[in-house]
Amino acid sequence: MERDPIFLRSFRVLSGALLIIWLILPLVPLAIWSFARGWRFPHLLPQEWTLQAWNYALSDTSGVLASLWLTIWIAVCATVLSILVGVPAGRALGMYKFRGKGAVELIILAPVIVPGIAVALGIHSVFIGFGLTNTVSGVVLVHLIPTLPYMTLVMAGIFANYDPAFEQQARSLGASPLKTFWYVTLPAIMPGIVVGGLFAFLVSWSQYVLTLLIGGGRVVTLPLLLFNFATSGRNDITGAISMIYILPGIIILLLTAKQLSGRSGAIGGFGRV
Amino acid sequence: MTHVSITNLSKTYPGETKPSLDRLSLEIPSGELTALLGPSGCGKTTTMKMIAGLLEPSGGDVTFDGRSILRDKPENRGVVMVFQNYLLFPYMSVADNIGFGLKMRKVPKSEIAARVAEMLALVRLPDLGRRKPAELSGGQQQRVALARALIVRPKVLLLDEPLSNLDAHLRLEMRDLIRGLQKEMGITTIFVTHDQEEAVVLADRVALILDGRLRQYDAADVFYKRPADEAVARFFGGQNFVSGTAQGGVFESALGRLRLPNGIAPGPGLLTFRPESLRIGTGENALTAQVQDRIYLGTQTRLKLLVGDVALDAVLSPDLVEGIAPGQTITIHLPPQSLWVIEGAKP
Repeated sequence: MERDPIFLRSFRVLSGALLIIWLILPLVPLAIWSFARGWRFPHLLPQEWTLQAWNYALSDTSGVLASLWLTIWIAVCATVLSILVGVPAGRALGMYKFRGKGAVELIILAPVIVPGIAVALGIHSVFIGFGLTNTVSGVVLVHLIPTLPYMTLVMAGIFANYDPAFEQQARSLGASPLKTFWYVTLPAIMPGIVVGGLFAFLVSWSQYVLTLLIGGGRVVTLPLLLFNFATSGRNDITGAISMIYILPGIIILLLTAKQLSGRSGAIGGFGRV
Repeated sequence: MTHVSITNLSKTYPGETKPSLDRLSLEIPSGELTALLGPSGCGKTTTMKMIAGLLEPSGGDVTFDGRSILRDKPENRGVVMVFQNYLLFPYMSVADNIGFGLKMRKVPKSEIAARVAEMLALVRLPDLGRRKPAELSGGQQQRVALARALIVRPKVLLLDEPLSNLDAHLRLEMRDLIRGLQKEMGITTIFVTHDQEEAVVLADRVALILDGRLRQYDAADVFYKRPADEAVARFFGGQNFVSGTAQGGVFESALGRLRLPNGIAPGPGLLTFRPESLRIGTGENALTAQVQDRIYLGTQTRLKLLVGDVALDAVLSPDLVEGIAPGQTITIHLPPQSLWVIEGAKP
């Protein structure tokens, strides 16, 4: 690897440190709160420590665990659907030129630009007609609005650098279309599916407004539950739930740090937007 | 062993009026190695892809041993195409690449392993099975691509520019390998190339395609000695063309009366001969020429000559032209056996 000039390296270290402080620092009080029995001014740290909040958060009565499983289930469903739609859509956008391609790109990007609540109100009235409001299926579907653009753009980037002649080569060697996809296409686009899928998972994971509107308060995901405790002034329980809530994000970040560092083609799609 | 017959095969791409390939007909005898030769964009890769089933023809037919294959899916045709850039699957080992076709045919694993080892030895890469394609040189990658194609024992093997990505010393080695394996296994093979040299050294027969149309289909040496028309002769490096009339074994033109070899039909035509066949000194069909220019080509020297007002090109061994300088007048002769008349050209 090439060596950068010293000032560039120190700049990189400094900005990295700042970024970590910026991201981690706000979480520190929450972490402390989750173990505190009261924490009042002017004390720098709580006088007494306890696992009460954690005991409560992990008990059946709080509903946190049920909500955690529900949030995971919804995020997994939204991710799988995003992959099923985003891979072919990304292929079309990344590999082919067709009439109205610009318009299609704009429409796919639109949910990232337009405030979700504006769209969600319209969708809400449509979903009522289909009986999808207040249901988990409805929430999964509405989560596709913000998750699909990420998935599609990542896949468009992957397919822009993809040579379809590999598929022709496989066919010529005797592979059926299905086997060609399985043995040739899928391994080539796997990094994109992983990164796009994790994006989709996290975007669904952090949805609040869309879940609230379509779920109608019946579908209580973790962010909704968190908000309930936060507004009721229970800082200790809020802290504990927050810790649970940010866990998948940290795990995913650690898993994909390599793909996200910019050396992989998986995020090339963003460069083209 | 498969006899390939191509009849009026045509392809016009959507949105285009001029066909990329215009009614190509070829008979390729079983076990022969045939080159489709032409400049880039002449329709030769289009032809290959239609035979392989990767492209739908607009018209015509392709038969193997008399049976049309156009309705067969690419994976069922028994045709394997080796692409110019080899297209080895990057995340598979060399051995998995070579075994891919057998795996698709559901051959048992132990048999695949045995045949892959056999194939690796055949292309002289016995110890590289575990490597990834990216760790191989260009020449090694090509041999893997060839092994991957041959292992399924295709009826017809298609090669896209098989020698053009290789440097000079690898070319000859690869040529011998391809010809050796092809003859040994008796696989009818078609390859495309834009390089006449590649076509000549590798193929039994050459089909020259210019502008989507077949111009000549013959053994390689015929293209040099008896080109079908001026464009064919020029494609093979022909420079000397003189129009005139053939009559009674003599060609009358601005060069005067030149004796022709036997068997040339009388009538108006275009006299042509290879720049290599022009001789210095006196002999039959002697002419007086002025040397215009002299270009050193390494193993050969090119002389630009003027006979009357006819410009001629000679390519000769350097020791034959020692002491000949531009501005000099020299005697040359054109051996009758080296002359050829393209019929029907304007007198």
